[in-house]
Amino acid sequence: MQIKKLFLIAIKDLRLIFRDRSALVLMLLAPFVLSIGMGALTGGFSGDNETGVSNIPVLLLNQDEGVLGQALVDVFTSSELDDLVDPIVMDDFAAAKRQVDEDQAAGVIFVPSGFSSSVIQDVGGPIDFNPLEISFYSNPTSPTSAGVLRSILDQFINQVQIGRISAEVIVGQLLENGLISPEQAPEIGMQVGQESANTSSDPPSITIENETSDEEVIDFNILAYMAPGMAVMFLMYTVTFGAASLLFENQRGTLPRLLIAPTFSAYVLVGKAVGILLTAVAQLLILIVGTSLLFRLQWGDFPGLILLIFAAAWGASSWGMIFAAFLKTPGQIGITGSAVMLLFGVLGGSFFDLSMLPDWIQVVNKITPNAWAVDGFYILSVGGGLSDILPNIFALVVMGGILFTIATLWIRKRGLARK
Amino acid sequence: MAPILEVHNLVKKYGDLEAVKGISFSIEEGEIFSLLGPNGAGKTTTISILSTLFTPTSGDAMIAGHSVIKDPMAVKKSIGIVPQEIALYEELSALENLRFWGQMYNLSGKALSKRIDEILEQIGLKDRAKERIKTYSGGMKRRVNIAVGLLHTPKLLFMDEPTVGIDPQSRRAILESVKDLNQSGMTILYTTHYMEEAQELSDRVGIIDYGELIAIGTQEELTAKVGETDTLILHLGENEDPVFLAKNLSEMEGVLQANPTDHQVAIVTPSAEELLAPVVSRVNELGIYIYSVDMREPNLEAVFLHLTGRALRD
Repeated sequence: MQIKKLFLIAIKDLRLIFRDRSALVLMLLAPFVLSIGMGALTGGFSGDNETGVSNIPVLLLNQDEGVLGQALVDVFTSSELDDLVDPIVMDDFAAAKRQVDEDQAAGVIFVPSGFSSSVIQDVGGPIDFNPLEISFYSNPTSPTSAGVLRSILDQFINQVQIGRISAEVIVGQLLENGLISPEQAPEIGMQVGQESANTSSDPPSITIENETSDEEVIDFNILAYMAPGMAVMFLMYTVTFGAASLLFENQRGTLPRLLIAPTFSAYVLVGKAVGILLTAVAQLLILIVGTSLLFRLQWGDFPGLILLIFAAAWGASSWGMIFAAFLKTPGQIGITGSAVMLLFGVLGGSFFDLSMLPDWIQVVNKITPNAWAVDGFYILSVGGGLSDILPNIFALVVMGGILFTIATLWIRKRGLARK
Repeated sequence: MAPILEVHNLVKKYGDLEAVKGISFSIEEGEIFSLLGPNGAGKTTTISILSTLFTPTSGDAMIAGHSVIKDPMAVKKSIGIVPQEIALYEELSALENLRFWGQMYNLSGKALSKRIDEILEQIGLKDRAKERIKTYSGGMKRRVNIAVGLLHTPKLLFMDEPTVGIDPQSRRAILESVKDLNQSGMTILYTTHYMEEAQELSDRVGIIDYGELIAIGTQEELTAKVGETDTLILHLGENEDPVFLAKNLSEMEGVLQANPTDHQVAIVTPSAEELLAPVVSRVNELGIYIYSVDMREPNLEAVFLHLTGRALRD
C-alpha cells in the first residue's frame, strides 16, 4: 500500500504539470520553436532547400596518400552533397584557417598524411584502433554550419570504424584458422572493411554508404542537429518546475497534509522525485515522437534511445532535487533554475558545437547532464548504437545517483516540511 | 470517559524562540475543545506537533493511546486534520482531490467511492464535483478542505482556524457542520482567535498566549476567574491616542484596569453601567473623539484581557 502511494503521488504530479498550460508551452512548444529558430539564425546561410541549409563553404586539405583520404574528399564533392556543401580543395592549412577566421568558410577538414595506412596497416594484428586523427577546424560564428560539417565527418569516421572492426574480427578468424596467409590479410581486410561499411545497419540522418563509391545518400534535417540540444535544455526547465513544486506544495499546505497522512515521509519524497522523473521522461518522449512524426527525424537506435531518455531524465531530475534541497522558495528555484538551464545549455552543447569550445570548457561541462545527453543523442542520430552511448548512460546514472543521495540526505536532515 | 488526547509538558523551540512553552492538557472523547489565542500564540505549532508534522523539543502527547513521538503512524491513522490554509490541488477537481487524499488515507475501491459520495452530499458539492478547485469560491474550497479531513472518519479531528478569511454565511455553515460532526460522536480540537466561535462551540476552552496555556476550563469556570466585572470598550477616532486616554482613565474611581490597543481602550470595572457616564464625561473634557462604546459582561475576551492585560485581537 505504501509503495502504491509513492506512485499515486508521482502520477498526481504528472497530471498536475500536464494541466498547466504555461508549463506545457515551455516544456513542449519552446524546444520545437527554438530548434527551428536557432537553426535559421545561427546557421549564417540561407538556401532554397527544405531545411534552409545549403552551400556550406568547406575547405578540404587531403595529405593522405591512401584511399580513405580521397574517399572523404569524394564524399564532400559528391553530387548528392552538391546543394548542401560547397567544398574547395586546398593545400595550405594556414591559408585555409585564415579563410575560416575571416568568415569565408564554415570549417577546414584536414586529413593527415598516412591516415589510410594508420587505419589499415594493423588489420590482422591485435585489435588496437588508434589511427591518426582527421582535424576539423570550425568557424564559431556559424555553429549550425559547423555542426552539419561535423555530422558528415563523424558519419564518415563511423563508417570507417565499422569497416575496420569488421575486418579485424573476420581477418583474425581467417588467420587463426589458417585460411589466409598474413601477407593476404591487408588486402582481404580492406575488402571486408568496405563491404561492412557499405552494409552498416541503421540508416542515420546523414548517410555515406561507401567511401569508394558514388552512392552517398543525404537526408539532412536541421532539426536533427538542434532538437536534441533544445530537448535536453528544456528538460532542465521541467525538472526545475518539478523541484519548485515541492516547495510550492509546502507553501500551499499540501505537502504538510501529505506528511500528516499515514504515509512514510521517505515515500512522499521519493514519490515527488519519481513525479519529476516521469515528467522529464514524458517530455522527452513527446518531443522525440513529435519530431519523428512531424519532421521525420531519425533519432537512431531504439533500445539506446529509450535507455538514454531515462538516463537523461534521471540525471536532469537529480539537479532538480538539488535545487529543492538547497533553495528555500519556489521563486529562488525559478530564478536559479532558469540561469542553470541556460548555462547548462551553453556548456552542454545546446547552442554550439562543443568541439568549437575551449578544452577546459569541454572538461567542465561534464558536470552537466546536457553534455552527456546531447552527445548521446548525437551519437545515436549518426548511426551509433547502445554500446556507443554506454559511457554517456553510465555518466548520467552515476551523476543522478550522487546528486539524488546528496539531496535526499540534506532534505531528511533539514526536514521535508518547513515552518 | 477516557481522554482521547493527553498532552504532557510539550515544548517546541526554533533556535532561541520558544514557540510552545511546556503546555499540558487533555481532551475527553466526544468533546469539542478550543484552543483560543491571538495570532502567533502557538496554536498551529501545537497542532503541528500533535499531528506528527513536527517533533517536539521535549514532552510528549498520547492520542488514542499512542505516542506522537514513538508511534506516529498509529497516531496518523487516528486523526484527521483541517489545516488553516486550503491544502488542495487547485488544478484537480474536488472529486480527484477527494480520491487522491482518500487513497493517502488507505481507502480504495468501492469503499472510497461510497465515502466520497457521502462526503460530497454532506458538503453540498455533488453537482460540481468534477469541476476544478480553482473555479470554486473561497467558501466552497473551505468545505472541500474540511471534507478531506473527514474522509477516513477519524476519531479525533484537528481544525486549525477553519473560518479564517471567509464570508459570514460560509462561516456559519462551517460552525454548524462542526456541531453536527461532534453530535455524530467525533472529538474535535478547534483552534481560533475568534472568541465568539470558542464560546459557541466549545465544551472546554484552553487560552493560549505566547506559547503558554494560561487558563483552561469550561466557559463558566473561566469567566469566574474575572469575578463580577464588566468590560467597557471605547472605540476611538483614528487620530486619537489610546495610551494617553488609558493612563488618564485608570486614575478614575471604579476603574480596575484600562488597557490601550489599536484605536481602543478596554476598561475593566465592577459595573460598566455606572461607569459609562463619568467615562464619557472625562473623554469629552480631554477633547478626545470616540465613535462608539461597547459594554460587555464577563466573557472569554474579558478573561483574556484579565489574564494578559491585552485584548484578544492584539
